Amino acid sequence: MNEDRGDVVLSVRNLKTHFPTDDGVVKAVDGVTFDLHQGEVLGVVGESGCGKSITMKSVMQLVGKPGRIVDGQILFKRNRDGTNTEEVDIAKLRTNGKKIREIRGGDIALIPQEPMASFSPLHSIGSQIVEAVMLHQDVSKQEAKRIAIEKLNEVGMPSAEQRFDAYSWQLSGGLRQRAIIALALACNPSILIADEPTTAIDVTTQAQILELLKRLQREHGSSILFITHDLGVIAQLADHVVVMYLGRVMEQGAVSDVFTHPRHPYTRALLASIPSLHSEPRIELPTVAGGIPHPLQRPNGCPFHPRCPDAIPGTCDVAMPKLLDVEQSKVACFLHHDEAEEADA
Amino acid sequence: MPEEVLGPNILEVENLKKYFPIKGGFFGSTVGEVRAVDDVSLYVREGEILSLVGESGCGKTTTARCILRAVDPTSGSTRFRMKDGTMVDIAKLKETELKPVWREVQMIFQDPFGSLNPRKNLLEIIGEPLYVNGIRDRQTRMNRVAELLELVGLRPEYMHRYPHAFSGGQRQRVVIARALALEPRLIIADEAVSALDVSVQAQVLNLLLSLQRRLNLSFLFVAHDLSIVKHISHRVAVMYVGKIAEMAPTEELFRRPKHPYTAALMKAVPIPDPTLRNELKGLPGEVGNPANPPSGCYFHPRCAYATEICKTKTPELRTVGPDHSVACHHAEELNLDGIGELKSSPMTEALSQPDASTGNAPPS
Repeated sequence: MNEDRGDVVLSVRNLKTHFPTDDGVVKAVDGVTFDLHQGEVLGVVGESGCGKSITMKSVMQLVGKPGRIVDGQILFKRNRDGTNTEEVDIAKLRTNGKKIREIRGGDIALIPQEPMASFSPLHSIGSQIVEAVMLHQDVSKQEAKRIAIEKLNEVGMPSAEQRFDAYSWQLSGGLRQRAIIALALACNPSILIADEPTTAIDVTTQAQILELLKRLQREHGSSILFITHDLGVIAQLADHVVVMYLGRVMEQGAVSDVFTHPRHPYTRALLASIPSLHSEPRIELPTVAGGIPHPLQRPNGCPFHPRCPDAIPGTCDVAMPKLLDVEQSKVACFLHHDEAEEADA
Repeated sequence: MPEEVLGPNILEVENLKKYFPIKGGFFGSTVGEVRAVDDVSLYVREGEILSLVGESGCGKTTTARCILRAVDPTSGSTRFRMKDGTMVDIAKLKETELKPVWREVQMIFQDPFGSLNPRKNLLEIIGEPLYVNGIRDRQTRMNRVAELLELVGLRPEYMHRYPHAFSGGQRQRVVIARALALEPRLIIADEAVSALDVSVQAQVLNLLLSLQRRLNLSFLFVAHDLSIVKHISHRVAVMYVGKIAEMAPTEELFRRPKHPYTAALMKAVPIPDPTLRNELKGLPGEVGNPANPPSGCYFHPRCAYATEICKTKTPELRTVGPDHSVACHHAEELNLDGIGELKSSPMTEALSQPDASTGNAPPS
């Protein structure tokens, strides 16, 4: 993977986020590694329970109790005012400390899935954007209002000046999602995390929002971490993709490469099992045997081995393969190399 | 596919309407109505899968529920051909007369977690419709439940387990087994695979297709996902704000859509193929409000081809080709793009060729 990519702005190294429960430890994220480069859209894709959302929450130190980051680093290149860069390990910060509160919303902003639940129904959307601006920047209220209206205009909110005083429940789904994007952009963050931002809205509206995100990324050179279960959205929007399964990264690489040459059996199965508008109708779809295991009954070795058609007995069920460079992408699979991860102490 | 022989109509829906009153004002008088289903006509042939597709709030679920009389329609008729060949109008039946119809029409719901009673085991869940319909002997019921579980790809031993022991995909199989218990001839599947993960969704789609072929079932498949609809159905009906916008055989609809809304829907679906990256074209504005629909054609405020007549006159659903009907004033003049011929892209080609990288002998 040595093509031209911008500088690394966020580097997640061997991240482990575990949830101790009465019945055992749920290893929601169990050794995830990836880099987000300047100005790229990195798609994180996986089925339910793969840990994609918990990874994102870890990056913002928003993991709810009893979850905890138990190991790994989240190295963030913090660059306010474009002069000096400092490297912050978010994994080491206190979940409620001053520093993380500055970074959250200021440097790294979240576009959540459910815009209805993200705005307070008691305050106008404008006042909520103003609040965010004034929290992170030293500006007057007038100036903050000007910024808020500018952001609302930027995300294509029709008659932004009037909508400044609207409440979230007065807006339609698509407009509400635009308002939440304006809120996320309010402090010019260097990283945007979009957690299934279009799952709750209809396809014709979804297309508008995806085009908006593409445009923002082009114009501002923002780095976007895009979480979704929809392979179509990844194919259309992302530059690079991380495929996750049960808290582990199975494969990662350029979208154009991973989609045309999936190397991990899970990626292959995932791509083969979606009916596409361009595929033959009414044929039997190739499927993956079985279902996603219960979080407390994770298989030993490679988490995918019980469902994998190519699993090697005695190897895949014993050790976890490392995520290593294979041609242009990175793959964690013994079919491609034979390096295993050291077992946990 | 054309080689499959389809029988006569098993279901004929005509001018179906469901208006929900909006209560308000003093004394709770009716101040308006939500036209959830507004003059819908469609038909399903025996052994056919008809998909009803549309965005949220378009009335597809209400249509399905009206057909089954889960809600009473405001007006219209839904004629169903019983096993003995007689046509009954489900919309006009008294409640006491519905039971024999419900034996032949079954429904599958979206959420496999909400539609199974957690305090009953599979034998009770799947056996209940059998018991209600007069099979009182426990051993007979157990045999039939075992048969049904095998039919949907579950092990018969599972019949003594409770729903919590099963994953989403397995639960949906249980729901399907229960629906099949009384040997129905028409199944109404409301977003039956939407709640499932992709890898499991394919399993359930395969199951539905194989059941349809083996048992010659007819399906009314309600869905919002166009790729799934294209994959599974013989014909498709597209709904927009309570009305059918277009209805046509699947291939024809996707290749030559006649309604601007159908074409727009197809343009908006992100195709999971980075080699076919194009601009996703959304539609301006939002889905119309069924409580206060736009004048004339409900789609005109979002339509790029709208003219004066579209603002004033509501277009009727009319036939424009074999099995192809559309509700648009300009259907004949427009030359809309479908998704094109079934062509292979660089991605599908790369995937269909045996890849050198996986041909390697695995390290021993």
